[in-house]
Amino acid sequence: MVTFIQQLINGLTLGAVYGLIAIGYTMVYGIIGMINFAHGDIYMIGAFHSLIVILVLGFFGITWVPLALVFVLVIAVSLTALYGWAVERVAYRPLRGSTRLAPLISAIGMSIILSNSVLLLQGPRGKPLPLKTESQFAAPFQLVTQDGISAQITDKQIMIMLITVLVMVGFTLLIKRTSLGRQQRACEQDMKMASLLGVNINRTISLTFVIGAALACIAGLMVTLYYENIKFNIGFVAGIKAFSAAVVGGVGSLPGAMLGGMLIGLIEVFFSAYFSVDYKDVAAFGVLVTVLIFRPTGLLGRPEIEKV
Amino acid sequence: MTVREMSRPVAVAVPNLERLKHALAAGIITFLLTSLIVGIETVSSTGELTFNTRYKEVVIASIAVFFGSWVVSLMREGRPLPALFGGGAVTLVLGALLIWNNLDPSLTAWLPFNAPIVNWGVLIVPASICARAAQMAAAERARAEGRATPLAGVGKALEPALPWVGIVLLVGAIALPWLPLGERTQAKKIIDICTIVLTYIMLGWGLNIVVGLAGLLDLGYVAFYAVGAYTYAMLSVYFGWSFWICLPLSGVLAATFGVLLGFPVLRLRGDYLAIVTLGFGEMIRIIITNWRAVTGGPNGINNIPRATFFGLPMERDVPEGVVSFHQFFGLEYNPNHRVIFLYYLILICALVVNFVTMRLRKLPLGRAWEALREDETACRALGINPTNTKLTAFAMGAMFAGFAGSFFAVRNQFISPESFVFLESAVILAIVVLGGLGSQIGIVLATVVLIGLPELFRELKDYRMLAFGIGMVLIMIWRPGGLMAHREPTIRLHDKTRAPPAVAAAPKPAAEAAK
Amino acid sequence: MTAAAPAGNGAPPLLQVEHLTMRFGGLVAIDDVSFMAPPGQITALIGPNGAGKTTVFNCLTGFYKPSVGRLTLNAPHGNFLLEQLDGFRIAQKAHVARTFQNIRLFAGMSTLENLVVAQHNKLMRASGYTVGGLFGIGGYGVAEREAVEIARHWLDRTGLMAKADWLAGSLPYGDQRRLEIARAMCTDPVLLCLDEPAAGLNARESADLNQLLLSIRGELGIGILLIEHDMSVVMGISDHIVVLDYGRKIADGTPEQIRSDVNVIKAYLGEAEDEPLPEAVAADLSHGA
Repeated sequence: MVTFIQQLINGLTLGAVYGLIAIGYTMVYGIIGMINFAHGDIYMIGAFHSLIVILVLGFFGITWVPLALVFVLVIAVSLTALYGWAVERVAYRPLRGSTRLAPLISAIGMSIILSNSVLLLQGPRGKPLPLKTESQFAAPFQLVTQDGISAQITDKQIMIMLITVLVMVGFTLLIKRTSLGRQQRACEQDMKMASLLGVNINRTISLTFVIGAALACIAGLMVTLYYENIKFNIGFVAGIKAFSAAVVGGVGSLPGAMLGGMLIGLIEVFFSAYFSVDYKDVAAFGVLVTVLIFRPTGLLGRPEIEKV
Repeated sequence: MTVREMSRPVAVAVPNLERLKHALAAGIITFLLTSLIVGIETVSSTGELTFNTRYKEVVIASIAVFFGSWVVSLMREGRPLPALFGGGAVTLVLGALLIWNNLDPSLTAWLPFNAPIVNWGVLIVPASICARAAQMAAAERARAEGRATPLAGVGKALEPALPWVGIVLLVGAIALPWLPLGERTQAKKIIDICTIVLTYIMLGWGLNIVVGLAGLLDLGYVAFYAVGAYTYAMLSVYFGWSFWICLPLSGVLAATFGVLLGFPVLRLRGDYLAIVTLGFGEMIRIIITNWRAVTGGPNGINNIPRATFFGLPMERDVPEGVVSFHQFFGLEYNPNHRVIFLYYLILICALVVNFVTMRLRKLPLGRAWEALREDETACRALGINPTNTKLTAFAMGAMFAGFAGSFFAVRNQFISPESFVFLESAVILAIVVLGGLGSQIGIVLATVVLIGLPELFRELKDYRMLAFGIGMVLIMIWRPGGLMAHREPTIRLHDKTRAPPAVAAAPKPAAEAAK
Repeated sequence: MTAAAPAGNGAPPLLQVEHLTMRFGGLVAIDDVSFMAPPGQITALIGPNGAGKTTVFNCLTGFYKPSVGRLTLNAPHGNFLLEQLDGFRIAQKAHVARTFQNIRLFAGMSTLENLVVAQHNKLMRASGYTVGGLFGIGGYGVAEREAVEIARHWLDRTGLMAKADWLAGSLPYGDQRRLEIARAMCTDPVLLCLDEPAAGLNARESADLNQLLLSIRGELGIGILLIEHDMSVVMGISDHIVVLDYGRKIADGTPEQIRSDVNVIKAYLGEAEDEPLPEAVAADLSHGA
């Protein structure tokens, strides 16, 4: 029982991260129908930006976590968002309207460029978090104790889940209330018509990429704080899992992305705990394949009827 | 108006201020993008994280982008001279510095980037801007004087030459080991590189059946390559089976995997199929990495027996009673024999794939594949079974990958999961797309460029992947159809002199039986 | 080459649609529609936009599974229940061919290749399911030549002979429509379903289309089922018209009967029963009589 609760907490934390990344995938796929292969690497870039900001802040003597977080959120998120914008502008916009395969290849190329650039520029080794957090974070809260073992939840986990909830709420409001959400939906439905009606599709698409990248950066920041070590190649696997989450939840659905993220996170953690750590990725992919075979529109997606 | 046209900026003459603002924005964006990732180099060697700054690179990059953007937008408006002179000047200066630096390394501090290789790579940018500007200027001049533009006739002139290119390549490939390649180790190195290139050509031709002909996005092709390799490795190491028995078995087993993996997912739409196949590829790699008892886990399988020349081992020393290859033919033992043998083996395998593909394109199955790629709904309306058709394409591609994997195992004598990562699938896909979907010769050319060049210039090893990625993006932007994007019909009613108007004048690769 | 079979009641209908109903979630697209299409005749399916005509086609040709209904095809080579056959098998086994509202050609392949692909099943058998063809044994070469001859015949009938090697996607619009019909004919169908074949054609092209369809019906005795809005085509060549409105059948009969049917007039025009038709409308309805 205790293990179960512990894994539940761990799984939800991991799931929150996947969910944030998944939103980027689902929004982009919804609006221009392409899988942004490079999105996982944007998440990695976000993690590196966060790490570097913290590192430089430490150099200047700023080590109080809340203050550092504010700096990180402003600087790292905006720079990573700029990366998201640049990737779309350089590698995808010129290919809008060409075959299905061209943007996919371009995206794979972009992914390779990003991860290899970081590899060359920052080196192949893992980078530890340069922040002494033990003194600033409280000891983990003991939740349930049984036979001397207890399920605990740490400050960081609470923080991750809180931030995720806040981001989700704020984001949903943004989409539902402002014209951005309407414009996105218009572009999703019929881009030509939306343009004729005055929607600036370039701006809408760019904003979609920017927001997705910002969220991915937040996910990267949280992973940096949580695992306290990042590497140039964390984008690849996280990206596939996050895309699986987007698919499981239903592509184009934002709550679906979050739900899918939670599911994938929980499955991964529970599988590792109760079966085998080595094969946990196989479990995650297995879920993706199963969902795609039996319910391709995902849990919260709308079924599509093909017009013949 | 297409969506693409709507998102392209309107080509109106932009006043100077606009252009300056664009260039400034480009420069500032570059500065921001590089400020942290390039500007700060994190160092974790001591266990603690510290950093160095690299602001020289950031500033140079930003300024370069500023000027480059300004000069390129001038060029786009039809004023190529600043690009010509600016690009030319930068190329000359940088080139001179680099050459001087080769002779006298004390100048390294003057180079914009620390690693000389990066500078050479960066040199390509101003050089290409200069070249493009030169072409534009010459074309303008020619138009003003009423002559034909310089490169206009090139495409047409090259057209009849391309089938000959295929024949020349084929003859060259067959004759390669007999050519004077230099002394023994150099000859071995060249044949080795060609063997690697041929392996990728075979993989490219195999994937071409799935992606190019049938239009199925397969991102997990490397899984079948792995199945083939591990089949031979395990059967020969654990059971002592000969390579010649294992080769067809590898193909059969890989094809079976293809059917098993394909069956549940082939009705998925394009991008979804891509991700699922990617997932399958990763799953197989993870299983191989962790199933230590069977596959040797991350350490792989080594001491894989070599292939025999139809029963004659190609060793210097053989056990009693066994006749070796060189003894049988009365030759002196030469370690290059084996290398040459393996080279011809992969050459034949690749040519078999090519032959099968060319034949199948003219058979109903191949045409059904291409029709499926064009419009699946119409295929259903014509009574073509889409599932079976897709499965055969998948299985055939998988089978050829299995053969290639088997060859890989026998050549390297050691395999590990490291060789079967997603990046391999991406590279093979890049070869197919770059070559122009469905074009056999295009794939050969693409492989030579993507695989051959980096193998030849080993110093580029660290930067190979980066160059790959940049190349993939650039080629897609420049020519989304690939290098050889023209498709020849597999059957004609009239002869070729009745040239149809709407077809672009481009080389005819697929009509050749040669490579 | 027999003349068109008379619409007698002796011969069993080629196509028998009984109580066809199609529901998408809560929306009823077709509601209990029944009609018959006699062999060797042209049956037109008309109605205002959204009446459910293409949905009927999609049910007939296997793109939708009907919620309720029986679709019987009584063909010379066998009887088939179309609602029970898998999508592609309707074309493969029952020999029902169709064209599409938005033309679906294999745009990247040539005109001739489009017609040869249409003969896929027969050629597959001749090539020994590829194995024979791969090694050059079996009668594939002969079969392919025959297929090209059939293609040539249809290229001739549709006036596309000179453009046989053109990319299908580069053909002018009218030619593409005709190519689609030629491609459907190459599958050797007993029932040809055409979805708005005259859409986008000018008056002369429509007249040519009429000739083509009449010749197909006349020479081959094939049944043709036609969705069309162009009254010159419908009134000009149909032997039998079925009218749908809001998913229901509101009229069924010969062109003369339909022309004066009050329900049809109301559905198209919304006029009250006792008011005379505007002159232009009356002229339109009698066009092609």
